[in-house]
Amino acid sequence: MGKRVGIIGVGQTHHAAKRLDASGTELIAEAVSRALDDAQLTIKDIDAIVVGNMDHFENINYVDMWAVDGLGACMKPVFKVTTGGTTGTTVGACGYYHVASGLFDVVMAVGWEKNSESDTQAAISTCANPTLERDPFAGAIGPLATEYSMYMKAFGATEEDAAMVAARDRNNALRNPYAHSRQEVTVEDVLNSPMLSYPIKFLDMCPRSDGSCAVIFACEEKAKKLCPRPAWVHASVVRHDYTHFGDLEWKFMPTLERASAAAYKLAGITNPLKEFDVAELYLPASTCGVKWMDSLWFCEHGGAPALIRKGTFEMDGELPINPSGGVISTNPIGATALIRIGEGAWQIMGRAGERQVEGAKKALCTGFGGCSWSDVMILGADLP
Amino acid sequence: MSDWKNDVEIMVHEGKISVPYSWTVGSTLSRFYCELRDNGKIWANRCPKCGTTFVPPKIKCINCYEEPHDWVELPGTGTVETYTVVRYEEPSMHPRKAPFVYGVIKMDGADTGMVHFIDEVAPEDVKVGMRVEAVLEDEREGNILDIKHFRPIG
Ligand SMILES: [Zn+2]
Repeated sequence: MGKRVGIIGVGQTHHAAKRLDASGTELIAEAVSRALDDAQLTIKDIDAIVVGNMDHFENINYVDMWAVDGLGACMKPVFKVTTGGTTGTTVGACGYYHVASGLFDVVMAVGWEKNSESDTQAAISTCANPTLERDPFAGAIGPLATEYSMYMKAFGATEEDAAMVAARDRNNALRNPYAHSRQEVTVEDVLNSPMLSYPIKFLDMCPRSDGSCAVIFACEEKAKKLCPRPAWVHASVVRHDYTHFGDLEWKFMPTLERASAAAYKLAGITNPLKEFDVAELYLPASTCGVKWMDSLWFCEHGGAPALIRKGTFEMDGELPINPSGGVISTNPIGATALIRIGEGAWQIMGRAGERQVEGAKKALCTGFGGCSWSDVMILGADLP
Repeated sequence: MSDWKNDVEIMVHEGKISVPYSWTVGSTLSRFYCELRDNGKIWANRCPKCGTTFVPPKIKCINCYEEPHDWVELPGTGTVETYTVVRYEEPSMHPRKAPFVYGVIKMDGADTGMVHFIDEVAPEDVKVGMRVEAVLEDEREGNILDIKHFRPIG
């Protein structure tokens, strides 16, 4: 078991489809400066930095080298990690591991992406095996569409269930000043938006954004000294699978089931729907906001549509999901999952502004990437 | 090795994805390039805290993480700190044909070195410590090659 670790500061950029005013390094500097301000620290207080993005989105290798001025990493230990869509939670997990190991006291995790610099779909297709699956099955939308088709057939979920999730997240984004896409939409708007790949429509799907996020992790002693209400890390779990797309279990999400089960065990969670006060989940499409609820053990397999229809995950429901507007409102890919951790931490710290869930004491944060990887981090107001 | 491996025809797949990239230069470097393109001037930025002057300009001071918001115009002269003579061809990478010289030039008025070509001098006559000045292109587009190269002074 590692040492206790708390999050003491979070910063993020104002995300947008294209931030013409800022280079990648300037986006990083914006997030890092804001995280330092949030924690009331200077760069001298940071012992090590973890940074991540997906190189093929910008065609620039070695962000850990050329963005050193924006990172404040000069003459500090800096580590770059990249794991596809989960990059943000991976840099978060690495920040946590650094401090939990006892070798570093204060570590900053930084995720960023400047998706406007390239063709996101073409770049993302390079994740698929080039000699087997890239031609017939690559791209971000198709695999998510096929998994929800299967879920609809198996359990009677509908396109409207997904549209309710899309409307929820998009309307939540109206209260988040950092969100990229802030538009009021109805369930009908979502159902009437252009079909991308059945059953996923335009308003069901995440955008691509320019943005960055930084999260500062501190050891117990420093966190207590530096922060009035740290967000303590209760669990951080990563699960990867995939040999080929055809080998995946499409009806459920095995990596999310296994990662969340392991994280709940570490954090002593037995009834996640009751015990969590808020969740910031990496849901790349609204359809995942239906199907993956089963895999987070909120219900039996196939039980998610009933929970969605009851409003369980709305801001005034039993467990508000994505008060920030989530991934379908903001998606700077290498930062996306770290924003989940940052938003979850702000909820615990009481710093979530208009999107604050009053008195939030326990937050569930997830990352999704590759196909189909899952990261889970549980944050709490109480010491773990 | 299994027998079937002796007979198999080995395949190689060609990639089809070609991704076009463009890079947002950012506010800091855009200012540097606009001054270069529009006014033919080389500008540096200076950290208000430690006084370090950076050319090309930096987004944050690498020593203190302050925004180096004091902008200063440089005279465009400097001293060769180190260099090499490139004698191999790499057409996709090098904008000029070998042999050519490039190196690090410590700019007068700045604390950092700038990498660029050194020309209008025979390669064997380039010396460390040589005083040089920037030669600009007549038609400038707002990129690092608006500086054509550095040449010896006098
Ligand atoms: Zn300085």
